[in-house]
Amino acid sequence: MKRLFEGVPAHGLVLLALFAAALVVAPFLVSNYILSVLIIVLYFAYIGQAWNLMLGFAGLLSLGHALFVGIGAYSSAALFIHFGIPPVIGVFAAIALSVLMGCLIGYLGFRFSIHGVYFALLTIAFAEFTLIMVDHTRWLGSTEGFFLPVSNRSSVDLINLRGTPVMFYYVILTMTALALALCRWLLNSKLGYYWQAIREDQQAAEASGVHLFKYKMIAVAISSGLTGIAGVFYAFYYNNLFPDATFGTNRSIEMILGTIVGGVGTLFGPIIGAFILTPLGEMLTGLTEGFRIDGIKQFFWGLCVALIVLFRPSGVWPWIASLLKLDRKPEDRSSGDRS
Amino acid sequence: MTDIYFNVAISGLLTGLIYGLSALGLSVIFGVIRIVNFAHGEIMVLGMFATLVLFRHLGIDPLYALPLVTVALFCFGYLLQDLVVRRVAHLADHFQFLLMAAVAVMLIAVCLMIFGPDAQGVNLPYAYDSFEVGPLIIDKVRLYAGVIALLGSAAMFAFFKYTDTGKAIRACGDNYTGALVVGLNVRHLFALTFAIGCACLGAAGAIMLLIVDVHPYLGPPYTLLAFIIVIVGGMGSLPGALLGGILIGVSEAMAGILLQPSLKSAFSFALLILVLLVRPQGLLGKVQR
Repeated sequence: MKRLFEGVPAHGLVLLALFAAALVVAPFLVSNYILSVLIIVLYFAYIGQAWNLMLGFAGLLSLGHALFVGIGAYSSAALFIHFGIPPVIGVFAAIALSVLMGCLIGYLGFRFSIHGVYFALLTIAFAEFTLIMVDHTRWLGSTEGFFLPVSNRSSVDLINLRGTPVMFYYVILTMTALALALCRWLLNSKLGYYWQAIREDQQAAEASGVHLFKYKMIAVAISSGLTGIAGVFYAFYYNNLFPDATFGTNRSIEMILGTIVGGVGTLFGPIIGAFILTPLGEMLTGLTEGFRIDGIKQFFWGLCVALIVLFRPSGVWPWIASLLKLDRKPEDRSSGDRS
Repeated sequence: MTDIYFNVAISGLLTGLIYGLSALGLSVIFGVIRIVNFAHGEIMVLGMFATLVLFRHLGIDPLYALPLVTVALFCFGYLLQDLVVRRVAHLADHFQFLLMAAVAVMLIAVCLMIFGPDAQGVNLPYAYDSFEVGPLIIDKVRLYAGVIALLGSAAMFAFFKYTDTGKAIRACGDNYTGALVVGLNVRHLFALTFAIGCACLGAAGAIMLLIVDVHPYLGPPYTLLAFIIVIVGGMGSLPGALLGGILIGVSEAMAGILLQPSLKSAFSFALLILVLLVRPQGLLGKVQR
């Protein structure tokens, strides 16, 4: 526990505690609408954290992370619908299958030394391929969708993950906090240093004896497993699954935008990014509703993202961190200026 | 009975040539500027809409509109590279990807705002004409489209092989620093390359409108398709892009009649995975470094 906070400046800890406290009491203060937005924000923060583990820590760009969300969602939902197995147990199946798929992609990719853009396209290819396969699987509802029985939303049943939005909020808040702690711990472990060595210079890392294949595989396995858990949350929160809306490349892109905007390779980048992009989308919905023109929201959304890329090219978090004088930790600073 | 397969294969081949022409646009940009154009399909859809407007409001046949659209997208590409994309050239892959994805989202949104979400096509008097060659029946429209795609690709090859500008662009792609050292105007040449890539898309879009109805959400599938083609053929290889296009066009068409039409893109993705594993540089690609 102590190691987790080592080296963080005191005012950083205070800010973190205030931020955490605000999130914990939020459900009692805000409206249902804001709460639902916060749930989405935290969901993206969690997935961003898991995805960041691959690109930000180990330098592996995946553009098909919706695949793992989909696998987690469909496997836990199928167990629940067809066999009545609660998600508390189903989540292990979800993790196992996601990790298996991640390892398959990783094995094929790294074994044949596919990297950079090519690896990213391999992940897209697997996601799209799985999408079409699920499209043609009756057992998983094919294109017509796969529905969980909608329960009454007043009681709280953690075993079956049925309950009020407040329960879902605390579930995803806990998941996000644990993921943050896990990433912080990993980053300062031996494993984390191996990953950063691979990220910064693959050949130099290999020359100094880092087993590239092994450590890349571990990164993919942890990232895909964590993302699979998000899939279980997705399935039971939304109660309906459509192949296109779960596995589609749009989904993969949507879930990584926040992290890139926030700052790849930083611990708070995924969280800040999610807190910027999701409310931005919601705000634009509110602002553009009056115009009644299709696409105007997407246009401004794209414009905002493009402007952030052009003017904050290392992400927003490193900039905020330096404003708050929190950037003394070397690993929080190193990400953006990589070439 | 085999006639059906031949007919389908030929129509797939002709469609594949259009795919190939559009994939050339992606391949040229990646081969020289080293940027993966994630807005590829959206730019092509822009070309299709431009052709549609010329047809609807001025009554220009898509085949005559083609040069206009090509020039228009050439200018669009030049400005896009020079004003926007150039600024992220030094950043990591994922930032370039993010910018191009943002551009793609904006392009879709603009098309949606102007043209609405419905699929729209052109009605040509010769749309249902066909040539009969022995037992084979070839759609007139598809044949025109295929021949134009072939001519466009040939023009590209000639440009890069024989003209000074083409050679200079290849030099930038081969050795960026070297190109700067010998005094090439790399900024201009890069913009020109992006412009040429987009011009390919304009031409491909104009002829694609002959056989496909256009709607704003057509972009992303075409982007993915072009990726598959370029990787199967070999990134940065121009003949590879054309070969990949034909291969994908024919295999899609065959998968459409042998299996289910909805499985045809699964077939393409399977082919992509296979090529990435067995020959990651693509069929005609060169091993780098």
